[in-house]
Amino acid sequence: MVDTMNKLLEVKGLTMDFGGLRAVDNVSLDVYAGEIVALIGPNGAGKTTFFNCVTGIYKPTHGDVMVHPPGKKSQRINGFKPNRVTTFGMARTFQNIRLFKNMTVLENIMIGRHCRTSTSILGAILRGAGSRRQEQETVDRSYQLLEKVGLVDEADEFAKNLPYGAQRRLEIARAMATDPFLLLLDEPAAGMNPQETKDLDELIVRIRDDENISILLIEHDMKLVMNISERIYVMEYGKEIAQGNPQEIRSNPKVIEAYLGEEADA
Amino acid sequence: MVGYFKQSFLVSLWFVFLTFPLMVVKVNTLKNVVEWRWMNMVYVAVGAFVLSFVWRWALERRQRKTKEAEFSDDVLAKPTVGQRLLEDPKVFKPVLIVIALATLGFPWLVDIYQVNIMVLALIFVVLGLGLNISVGLAGLLDLGYVAFFAVGAYTYGIMNSFWGFGFWISLPVGGLMGCLFGVVLGFPILRLRGDYLAIVTLGFGSIAKIVIENWEELFNGAKGIAGIPRPGLFGLEMNIEAATTYTYYLMILMVLFTIFVTNRLKDSRIGRAWMALREDEIACVAMGVDMARTKLSAYALGAFWAGLVGVIFAARNTYINPNSFTFMESALVLSIVVLGGMGSIVGVIIAALVLILMPEYLRAFSEYRMLMFGAVMVLMMIFRPEGLISNVRKKYGGRKSPTEAAHG
Ligand SMILES: Nc1ncnc2c1ncn2[C@@H]1O[C@H](COP(=O)(O)OP(=O)(O)OP(=O)(O)O)[C@@H](O)[C@H]1O
Ligand SMILES: [Mg+2]
Repeated sequence: MVDTMNKLLEVKGLTMDFGGLRAVDNVSLDVYAGEIVALIGPNGAGKTTFFNCVTGIYKPTHGDVMVHPPGKKSQRINGFKPNRVTTFGMARTFQNIRLFKNMTVLENIMIGRHCRTSTSILGAILRGAGSRRQEQETVDRSYQLLEKVGLVDEADEFAKNLPYGAQRRLEIARAMATDPFLLLLDEPAAGMNPQETKDLDELIVRIRDDENISILLIEHDMKLVMNISERIYVMEYGKEIAQGNPQEIRSNPKVIEAYLGEEADA
Repeated sequence: MVGYFKQSFLVSLWFVFLTFPLMVVKVNTLKNVVEWRWMNMVYVAVGAFVLSFVWRWALERRQRKTKEAEFSDDVLAKPTVGQRLLEDPKVFKPVLIVIALATLGFPWLVDIYQVNIMVLALIFVVLGLGLNISVGLAGLLDLGYVAFFAVGAYTYGIMNSFWGFGFWISLPVGGLMGCLFGVVLGFPILRLRGDYLAIVTLGFGSIAKIVIENWEELFNGAKGIAGIPRPGLFGLEMNIEAATTYTYYLMILMVLFTIFVTNRLKDSRIGRAWMALREDEIACVAMGVDMARTKLSAYALGAFWAGLVGVIFAARNTYINPNSFTFMESALVLSIVVLGGMGSIVGVIIAALVLILMPEYLRAFSEYRMLMFGAVMVLMMIFRPEGLISNVRKKYGGRKSPTEAAHG
């Protein structure tokens, strides 16, 4: 299933400094088409900062972020604005949920369609046949996505009124609405109960299989990570200390010391 | 309840103590004696007690309500009784017809003075709806909105006094000039948020006024521009009364036009992007929305309406000077938006009519105007921060859920 010929994301020597603090230190990471890749590491390792550099929220101090969108030409996207990165085909979720709280669940997803639609101000005012069709397509597509994450019945509720687990799923659906080829999930299982985590596990695999979207995820839930990811990268203090498949990572002494060991202590 | 009594009693005791020297003791310098006005003490005590009691009761009622909302199973956004009534077509239609008839007949039922005031109120309705785009929908606080209003008014004043252009040509030009200034002033504030944005826009408002006051050649300074013609109708000669009535109907059309446009924008791709920007800027750009373009469009479109009605304002007054464009006007329009409910069109209309008409008809209280104004705002913030009409979102009945479809 994993297409080793087809690299989607290629990060080389990424470094991010905050004043004197080097939050990400020379990290390289690749994601191939059809893969689920996990990025793990103890708290403060620099995982979220890595995501922010890749998605354009921060401009990396050094290094290259190359994307190779399927069927389009490759591009170095360092310093691109977040909306351009998303339009390119990489969408993300946030560790601390960032939904549009006072908009309905459906509208949250419709925002995801913004960069794939083109109705202008004048078009919105005149509401001609073209913009009406586009609006209907947006609604239909949004309902489809809601069905996929099981939130159709909540479509007209304000996002802030959803339970925690549902908010996480809504964020994933919103990111999917931008038609990405790569989905970056920042701790999607945080705050979920075991049943919700299991459902999420299935959802992520389903997204990869049915929608043909590759996935890069940050996660602390080891069971989830070991279950679904093909390859795992491990970070500690901003540095990449290991990579490999779940078996290799499980038996890697450095990782056990840095991360799994810490959990064994707890 | 007993707790209320006790606390209110303590509050009233405290107030009696505080106001004692002021309200009770009076030194009569003529007779050289001290007068003790004990009745005043009773008034203060009773007044403070009642006010404190009502205050506590209202606060608790509000808290109970939010708690109920939190714990209820039905988490759907619940509209108020008034809103539900208005959504019912049986109620909605007659109400609309009555409003329409009253609006049309208004100039024939009252005298010209009141029609003129109504025109001003309608101008502020449009200003409120315009500012509602940038503040209510896009969340860009603007304390210098009146600058764009001035741009429109002076566009007409200058175009007329220098080149003799008429109202109908100046009207779109005024709107476009407002738009243009919106974009130009919008650029530097793209990165600003919250307090910083408020301060900078406040500065813009003041700068506009100062420029107008001091640029004698173009704006005629503090003297202002006089003799601006009223709106024309195919060169028809009209007396003041006819012209005012005509302006009134023009403003009604203008309000309808504004409602139509803002309503369509609100539930469109553009309007949703504005709201998303208001809700969470980082999430918004991460979802592929171009921040600069979205902010500028909201700012420029808000300014467009101010420019447009600025022209009508100049035509209504036939005279403009910098004093019509002070911070007070900006604050007034902002209050209209806040009072009406951020993002709600009906709320803004009601708030504009109340805030402009009330002071005109309550002349007796005119000295306390700002005081009452402030009190109303504070009370609103405490008891109904979402405004008169809370934000009701459109429901896109695109598709039924599979379960519902199976039952139906
Ligand atoms: N904007 C910022 N300015 C300064 N320091 C920052 C900034 N963002 C992150 N950091 C620092 O960078 C380091 C890495 O933070 P980051 O949030 O990337 O960790 P993380 O791996 O995502 O941790 P967690 O598992 O807790 O989410 C931390 O020491 C953090 O304090
Ligand atoms: Mg993190």
